[in-house]
Amino acid sequence: MLFKVFAASELSRLFEILSVNRIVGPVKKGEDQHGRSLYDFDVVHDIAELHLDYGQTIHSAKNYFLPYRENLCTFTFQDEGSGDGGDWHKEVDYGVYAPLVLFGLHPCDINALNKLDKVLLGGRYPNPFYGEKRANMFIVGHSCSPQPFCFCKSMGTDSAIRGFDLFLTRMDDLYFAEILSPRAFHLLEQIDCHDPDSREHHRYMDLMEAKEALYVAHVDTSDLTKILDLEFQASVWQEWGQKCLSCGTCAQVCPTCYCYGVEEQVDMDFTRAHKEKRLYSCNLLDFAAVAGGHNFRPESHTRLKYRYYHKHRGFVEAFEESLCVGCGRCGQSCLAHITVPEVIASVRASKEEHDDD
Amino acid sequence: MTTNKTFLGVPVARPKVAFFELSSCEGCQLQLLNNEATLLDFLSLVEVVRFREGMKEASDDYEIAFVEGSITRRDEEERLRVIREQAKVVVALGSCACFGGVNQLKNRFNDLEWVKKEVYGSFPIETQKVKPLSAVIKVDLEIYGCPIKKEEVERIVTALVLGEQIHHPQYPVCMECKARENICLFDLGEPCLGPVTRAGCDAWCPSNRLGCWGCRGPAPEANLSQLQIIMAERGISQERMIDRLECFGGFAAFVAEVKEKKGEPK
Ligand code: SF4
Ligand code: SF4
Ligand code: SF4
Ligand code: SF4
Repeated sequence: MLFKVFAASELSRLFEILSVNRIVGPVKKGEDQHGRSLYDFDVVHDIAELHLDYGQTIHSAKNYFLPYRENLCTFTFQDEGSGDGGDWHKEVDYGVYAPLVLFGLHPCDINALNKLDKVLLGGRYPNPFYGEKRANMFIVGHSCSPQPFCFCKSMGTDSAIRGFDLFLTRMDDLYFAEILSPRAFHLLEQIDCHDPDSREHHRYMDLMEAKEALYVAHVDTSDLTKILDLEFQASVWQEWGQKCLSCGTCAQVCPTCYCYGVEEQVDMDFTRAHKEKRLYSCNLLDFAAVAGGHNFRPESHTRLKYRYYHKHRGFVEAFEESLCVGCGRCGQSCLAHITVPEVIASVRASKEEHDDD
Repeated sequence: MTTNKTFLGVPVARPKVAFFELSSCEGCQLQLLNNEATLLDFLSLVEVVRFREGMKEASDDYEIAFVEGSITRRDEEERLRVIREQAKVVVALGSCACFGGVNQLKNRFNDLEWVKKEVYGSFPIETQKVKPLSAVIKVDLEIYGCPIKKEEVERIVTALVLGEQIHHPQYPVCMECKARENICLFDLGEPCLGPVTRAGCDAWCPSNRLGCWGCRGPAPEANLSQLQIIMAERGISQERMIDRLECFGGFAAFVAEVKEKKGEPK
């Protein structure tokens, strides 16, 4: 990895050079009832709109790589006069017409992309809709200040070592830049920057050390896959299930939830039809309903449990890492206060209960 | 059925449809006329033989009946039974037809005679406790919403004509609200029935910074006990919550339960 340092005032120059492309970054959406700022990712036209000091966004940047709704294909029917039952053809558009700059992703969200890459690009059937977007993405990461609900440290996703072009760490009046791609290198050539000296190295390391102290939320992941297996029938699942609204909010805001449903819709004039993909959630009532009407997971606690099992057990067994990056968004948005640290702790505690027997 | 359309070479019948209104504002029917861009397509899909909001002629030869409104008078019950006899498919159009709608708000008063006097004075009028269509006849299909969402009706009618299965979302409004990346109304200190209300409106109200009023009725398996906790935690009074849940009639059973626990008359 290459490192550079530049004055914070140079950032606007960097932004300007990048702004020939579409830039998406954290913007302020409003304030909650207690006057706290609410942020989300959106298209940024002016660097003044970019709030790089955001704590966490409500939603992940998912809409830009796994849109909530996406047209998978359009069928056009030629019916008239063909005589042999009509003809049709299929058109697929990945919807990528220009590169996209994601400016200001935190390490958790960069790691989320790395995990998604494994599933969506690494398998036998790579997803071209996702792949096209990923191939046309320039990622500028930005350092964060851990929020009380962040537990990325526990998930090993508190720092990003790959999956970005450029990563910027704010050090008061300076930016400490990590460079991973030639594109990022050439970009920095166009602004005023220098190689860090040993004083700046130490400033960077001090900063990282100070960050450690800010983590409040933790998840104990040791032996977690096994504990989850052993505690499959634990009564705590029912307790959480009773609270769960089966609303899908947790999956919608999560940077790594990728489950989806597909719906087909014929236009009213019968000339075209569309196949649309919509992100879905394993918490939704009919997630495991199959043809014929049987529902394999009719109770909310089973559905909730499987969301945790996918993130913290199944994915770990398949990829040797969790699918959760500890961003804390699901717990923050859940109206029933169902948070990952509390759920996992309660499952672990049910183990201790047996130990006391 | 007149056949003049084909889909992938297969002839598709164009069913005769009629629109009826019982006690309602006719706003749902107006919604259908609302978008000229797709109106002609809609009319080529079905043969409309009766539609008071859009035509003078009225025929009694129809296969699909869209009935808007709730039942507040005896003659409406009779009309509805006649419609049921004639139609192969009866569709309850809008929340009044599905749950009683705004009209059923009067059901919360025990003394209906008093209500009548307050509203109509000495004008002679027959009015009874408000009922949804399903209290009188068998309804084949319900289209929720106050008003209905035109795009949804078009999707459902296309499916009906093509003989496809019709699905309503099983999840609550929050799912659609999050897909639109709205700020949650609860974060703004406002109540919202999104967590328990059936989706399908694309989170119409929250997307306009208004909490959901539950016009589409409860999502299947709506977690109403958790909703009570959510409201209480945020200092939203039970009275305010019930006011909202009562508005369109979809949550009538739950409201009755809560009131009974409180020892109030239903
Ligand atoms: S865990 Fe929370 S956010 Fe997720 S479905 Fe349940 S209630 Fe909704
Ligand atoms: S499960 Fe929750 S904490 Fe984990 S990545 Fe998803 S939203 Fe973030
Ligand atoms: S505003 Fe309402 S519908 Fe939207 S997420 Fe919040 S509770 Fe759900
Ligand atoms: S948000 Fe609620 S009240 Fe508004 S249209 Fe949708 S279901 Fe009806």
